[in-house]
Amino acid sequence: MEQAAPDPERLWQPAPLEPLSHPDAGLESMVGEETKGARDEGPGDGTMTENNFSLKKIEISVSEAEKRTGRNAMNMQETYTAYLIETRSVEHNDGQSVLTDSLWRRYSEFELLRNYLLVYYPHIVVPPLPEKRAEFVWHKLSADNMDPDFVERRRIGLENFLLRVASHPILCRDKIFYLFLTQEGNWKETVNETGFQLKADSRLKALNATFRVKNPDKRFIELKHYSDELQSVISHLLRVRARVADRLYGVYKVHGNYGRVFSEWSAIEKEMGDGLQSAGHHMDVYASSIDDILEDEEHYADQLKEYLFYAEALRAVCRKHELMQYDLEMAAQDLASKKQQCEELATGTVRTFSLKGMTTKLFGQETPEQREARIKMLEEQIKEGEQQLKSKNLEGREFVRNAWADIERFKEQKNHDLKEALISYAVMQISMCKKAIWDVLKDCAVLFFFCAPSGRKKS
Amino acid sequence: MEGECRASQARSWGLPAGGAGGDSPGGDAPLPGSISSSSLLQAEVLDLDEDEDDLEVFSKDASLMDMNSFSPLMPTSPLSMINQVKFEDEPDLKDLFITVDEPESHVTTIETFITYRIITKTSRGEFDSSEFEVRRRYQDFLWLKEKLEEAHPTLIIPPLPEKFIVKGMVERFNDDFIETRRKALHKFLNRIADHPTLTFNEDFKIFLTAQASEFSSHKKQGPGLLSRMGQSVRAVALSMRGVKSRPEEFMEMNNFIEIFSQKINLIDKISQRIYKEEREYLDEMKEYGPIHILWSASEEDLADTLKSVASCIDKCCKATEKRMSGFSEALLPVVHEYVLYSEMLMLTEEIGKLEDKVECANNALKADWERWKQNMQNDIKSAFTNMAEENILYYEQCLATWESFLTSQTDLHLEEASEDKL
Repeated sequence: MEQAAPDPERLWQPAPLEPLSHPDAGLESMVGEETKGARDEGPGDGTMTENNFSLKKIEISVSEAEKRTGRNAMNMQETYTAYLIETRSVEHNDGQSVLTDSLWRRYSEFELLRNYLLVYYPHIVVPPLPEKRAEFVWHKLSADNMDPDFVERRRIGLENFLLRVASHPILCRDKIFYLFLTQEGNWKETVNETGFQLKADSRLKALNATFRVKNPDKRFIELKHYSDELQSVISHLLRVRARVADRLYGVYKVHGNYGRVFSEWSAIEKEMGDGLQSAGHHMDVYASSIDDILEDEEHYADQLKEYLFYAEALRAVCRKHELMQYDLEMAAQDLASKKQQCEELATGTVRTFSLKGMTTKLFGQETPEQREARIKMLEEQIKEGEQQLKSKNLEGREFVRNAWADIERFKEQKNHDLKEALISYAVMQISMCKKAIWDVLKDCAVLFFFCAPSGRKKS
Repeated sequence: MEGECRASQARSWGLPAGGAGGDSPGGDAPLPGSISSSSLLQAEVLDLDEDEDDLEVFSKDASLMDMNSFSPLMPTSPLSMINQVKFEDEPDLKDLFITVDEPESHVTTIETFITYRIITKTSRGEFDSSEFEVRRRYQDFLWLKEKLEEAHPTLIIPPLPEKFIVKGMVERFNDDFIETRRKALHKFLNRIADHPTLTFNEDFKIFLTAQASEFSSHKKQGPGLLSRMGQSVRAVALSMRGVKSRPEEFMEMNNFIEIFSQKINLIDKISQRIYKEEREYLDEMKEYGPIHILWSASEEDLADTLKSVASCIDKCCKATEKRMSGFSEALLPVVHEYVLYSEMLMLTEEIGKLEDKVECANNALKADWERWKQNMQNDIKSAFTNMAEENILYYEQCLATWESFLTSQTDLHLEEASEDKL
């Protein structure tokens, strides 16, 4: 309510794209011009070609992570991790790729990018970032953000985020996103210059506040319920999975203790010695195999986590719709009350309370001129209000249409991805079983002569 | 005593421990001292001469010959390969079959106790009948053990399960406890039956056959004091004070017992711990499947896949349960029995020398010791082979479950793809 009504054009369309003066220029030269151009213009009047970015095949990768130290805003020393983003364009003829851009970004810059996208594309289910802090950890997993395993998984998550954005039909055309990949210095300033933080509706952050909407859209209500359920069930799944992983780790590692004991025992055994040694070795191999198994499972957990966070993005769209609906209803209500006031003033009947009315009563009647003036003002306000209501209605319908299109796209993506994830879980189990069988059989050679008749079987 | 000495001489054989003198009484099959992998895979190992018994044993098990063609590529199924070397009791040699079952609670004014039914089937002449059924309580087993120790102080008597309740149990007669004890008592009696000397012990026969009144009057005879004496003779033989011949072997035996005891205790602890961890793993896994069902309720396209995953997880849980029960049937009791054996063997009381008995005692003890070691090796090997077998079975089951899930998903995918094309 407090913000200026955002420019509809700005909101519902991405930063408009206009062809450059040299439409035939190759990508590299365009990049050069873009970087120059970006400094002079704000994103609203961006002059990016429509063609090259989304239609030419590009490959994005977050290929490295590096620990860095620097000074933060308060001039205090801090350690953080920087990630190398490389962009390659694929020449359609020979399929070879050429490195076009490479720069370093840290997690907070990714966050900035995402927050910007959330403001400018409220009807889009914006891809989520990998988790800020390690959650659903089991005892072996570190909760430390600087832990190399965590950093590695974060690197993959960030790459995934960029790929999601780049493959989204609308988001991929955004100028700020393009600059994120291509303009190392000054990017933060550029983003901030868009003033998106001011445009952000702070109410979106107040998740618990309820806004009573009289005519809610049933589809959005259902979607909101779905996103809540999805979030709850995936959280539960991840929690139990973490506990299962913990237990399984325990089982495998305790087996490792056999290894040591068998080795020590083999020293006193003459007949069984070799057998015991190998059995001990087998136990050691078994115990150490759990590390790889669980590392693979962590990737599976990350896939689930992505959709856990996607559920939040889904809910944000519903929320935005709810707020829009609320604003619409408030505006309609306001208009209706103004109309009523106007009518009362014109006809002289007082049905609604107004401050002016009270003060008139207390301090004396107003003059007819004063009343005329007020009526005139109200009429102007009503005209304005009607315009606003009309445009709000239009906005609302556009929003619903666009949002629903993206939601359908998201649903298909989700079904496809989660099915793949579940299949990959099955594949992991299969390979784990095969490996375990193979390990036992390999050491069966051992078990065979471990168990071979070395004398009478019994007395 | 003399009688026993002769008996054990006739039936003993020794597996000459590599390096130690091959000086055991009785004709021994000349087996190689130490087993190397190559010799095992050769038929010669199985080609035993002299002892008829040995030939009888091995000729019956021709499948062992297949080990010659062992290759890591495993053309046959993993389970069958392990099964080929599993030990089976040779029914032809056994003439005394004992089972312990049907624990029953008895309440009197003074106490409550449990009796176990003992069924004996035998073809031996010295038994009046071919089948016997009696009921005994733990006290009676204790009596039997004491009598055996008294009569055969130089032999290794099988251990009884613990007298008192292990920590953590509230009720004295808790079902698991009774079952564990029953299994151990069954083992106890069978061990005695399998022992070349103990099997002919008169008290043993009475234990198996006498009805209640006859048994209680028999128990009242004969002092139990001698068991203490008997133990001391054994202790002497073990500690080797004042015996002239072969000190080295006995030092070796002592050394072995000490280390073995340490190791078997560790293995017992590790095995119990593994069982506990697996139990906790299973508990968590049981929760894992249902969540997928819960999820499927909110989904449309994904519902079937989620339900399939849930069913796979449940099947794996069942396979885990099966494996765990195998573990607790096969491995845990065996390891625990040897813990008890080792505790017994560690006993060394310095009481005195009884030199006139010692010479004969040494030989009997040594023979029994070798026999015991042999059995121990076989039992341990068997137990771990069983564990390996259970593991393979478990992984094969899980593999099959997930593979069928995968095929169902890919079939579905092809179905959907062809539908889209229409």
